[in-house]
Amino acid sequence: MPVKTQEGAQLLTGGEAVAYAMAQIDPDVFPVYPITPQTPIIQTFAKLASNGKTTTEIVNVESEHSAMSAAVGSAMAGARTMTATSSQGLALMAEVVYIAAGMRAPIVMAVGNRALSAPLNIHCDHSDSMMIRDSGVIQIFAESVQEAYDHAVMATRIAEHPDVMLPVLVCQDGFTLTHSEEPLVLTPDEDVKAFAGKYKVPLPLLDVDEVTTKGIFALQDYYTELRYQMNAAMESAKTVIADVFAEYSQLVDRPFSMLEEYELEGAEKVVFLMGSTAGTIKDVVDELRAEGEKVGLLRLVSYRPFPVEAIRKALAGVKEVIVLDRSDAPGSVPSLHAEMAAALYGSGIDLRAHVFGLGGRELVPAEGRAIFAGEAPTHVALRS
Amino acid sequence: MSRLKRIARNQHGVQPLGGGHALCQGCGAPAIVRTVLSSIETPVIVVNATGCLEVATSRYPITAWNVPWMHTAFENTAAVASGIEAAYKALKRRGTIPGGDKDVTIVAFGGDGGTYDIGLQALSGALERGHRFLYVCYDNGAYMNTGIQRSGATPYGADTTTSPVGSVSLGKLQQRKDLTAIAAAHHIPFVGQSSGARWQDLSSKVERAVAMDGPAFLNVMSNCPLGWGHESRVGLDVMKAAQDSLFWPLYEVVNGEYKLSYRPRKVIPVVDFLKMQRRFAHLFKPGNEALLVAIQEQVESEWRKLLRLCDEPVTELPVVKPTEEAEQAEAPVGAAA
Repeated sequence: MPVKTQEGAQLLTGGEAVAYAMAQIDPDVFPVYPITPQTPIIQTFAKLASNGKTTTEIVNVESEHSAMSAAVGSAMAGARTMTATSSQGLALMAEVVYIAAGMRAPIVMAVGNRALSAPLNIHCDHSDSMMIRDSGVIQIFAESVQEAYDHAVMATRIAEHPDVMLPVLVCQDGFTLTHSEEPLVLTPDEDVKAFAGKYKVPLPLLDVDEVTTKGIFALQDYYTELRYQMNAAMESAKTVIADVFAEYSQLVDRPFSMLEEYELEGAEKVVFLMGSTAGTIKDVVDELRAEGEKVGLLRLVSYRPFPVEAIRKALAGVKEVIVLDRSDAPGSVPSLHAEMAAALYGSGIDLRAHVFGLGGRELVPAEGRAIFAGEAPTHVALRS
Repeated sequence: MSRLKRIARNQHGVQPLGGGHALCQGCGAPAIVRTVLSSIETPVIVVNATGCLEVATSRYPITAWNVPWMHTAFENTAAVASGIEAAYKALKRRGTIPGGDKDVTIVAFGGDGGTYDIGLQALSGALERGHRFLYVCYDNGAYMNTGIQRSGATPYGADTTTSPVGSVSLGKLQQRKDLTAIAAAHHIPFVGQSSGARWQDLSSKVERAVAMDGPAFLNVMSNCPLGWGHESRVGLDVMKAAQDSLFWPLYEVVNGEYKLSYRPRKVIPVVDFLKMQRRFAHLFKPGNEALLVAIQEQVESEWRKLLRLCDEPVTELPVVKPTEEAEQAEAPVGAAA
């Protein structure tokens, strides 16, 4: 089937597209360590740097732990800082991801989501992002290459907003997006630069005339108050994300939202999920709608902050929500399932949930139909 | 200008690490920090690994630091310093350093746990990448902050809470690793070994280290009254005994060239150093004479190796009779009954 593209569109993989956005912003420092499927991001960025597209200081560190550590140092020093990772890399970083959020370092990180070991697997699921779900970082999930690119352009504005000051993770599905070419329209360099603006953090370490002590030790008397501030920042982030999305939407004439509503008008059964699988479910929704079924899709873009009020509003009048988690939680239920149960509590809406797509297993349209029909097992496509 | 005057001038009337911190009386670390930072002419930015020095100086809402200071975690201090240095380079090139362009020196401090052990990978990476910064390990030979657990720097035979002496145990049974040699193996411009008891040596090494266009590493012996088991007031004497017994020699490796910094006029037996500390008290019990001989032989062997590296004459050492020394040994100062 011929792909209909916008004028001026070109084919890029998600990895290339995000790297391109980052190079357009031209951050000061980019500490990074290779890992599949993130590697195309730093390879593309390094290639763009080698041809003078960006003059960023790339620091090829010896581990992801050091990548995030160097990023925290750089961001607190007063430099706009980006990094990228996946899976085990994010797991190794996790300690410092919490520290970055707690120190309010507005780092932008591109993530190619990938399953966690064991067994070793290089393909997509969202277990890596889920592992740091309570760290205090913002996580935004894309459905397409175009969206991943656009999120990367917008991320610095969200991270660095004075009411937010938190790391932002620009998440895209490993291989499905990072390694797949899709047509997209790039925003002109000067527009991206103007949109991103200048990096400014209060009391940067490199301003040696303004002596500060950073990364303090806080015990029972202050720890709660200092951590609590991140709740306020996350609450502010809901407004900031909406504002930044709206401003960029005007610039590029594409819609952006923390939640994508697809065929919700009059819908009785609605699937709720994140990431590229939304494309498959949209096809299934179209088929079922053509057959007269009242179905729809609600795609979560902003996983953190979790837009609970907007979710409740979008689902008003729906009879049943089917939550699809692309991660598992042995011994309990995965994140989206649990959070939707909390969000819908008292609404009278029925809730069903499935785990799907672990380690890159595809969800095919027939399974999508089975999910809507209530005929899929809890773990979709699980072989006995 | 004398060294003392230079140090006073560099401080501009303000101690980089002020009073009011919560480090133990007699701890080696604060004097080392002040000597290091006050020996640097430019403004400094300090990065500090988790440990005694960090927790005792930065408890919110107060701070003992009068210079820009940052801590993130235990094992990543060299990586954080790498990021700060990269930021400095990037912003200098772009002409956007906050507060205006000026020379700064980035100094990282970590204890032996944060440097020999958990921070070794980050340190190695940062040294290999060639960031311009000075890393100072204040080596007190164990995880003192968490309560005296053995580390890769704990000397052979030392009693720690995770290598405790007991009816079937003689303390730590492994040699400490030679971190100074590991740092030198990175082919960086400056590596030095110094001591908290030798401030002139430390200060002059810092001056040479920060003049280098690249990474510099200093391994500095730092006494711990609690962990070593000595009275607070004798810390400098114990460390001086470590130099005079050749247990912790002072030297530097500048662009690959080894140079001895201190040759004791009178070498004392290692037992004279060991017997000052409760952590070695068990070695002096009857029946352990062979261990003392082994420690003496190990120290002499390392010293001869160092002399050869420094192209110094390998002279005979005074013959030590550990058995007699052991008999003469008094109970360690401050030893618990």
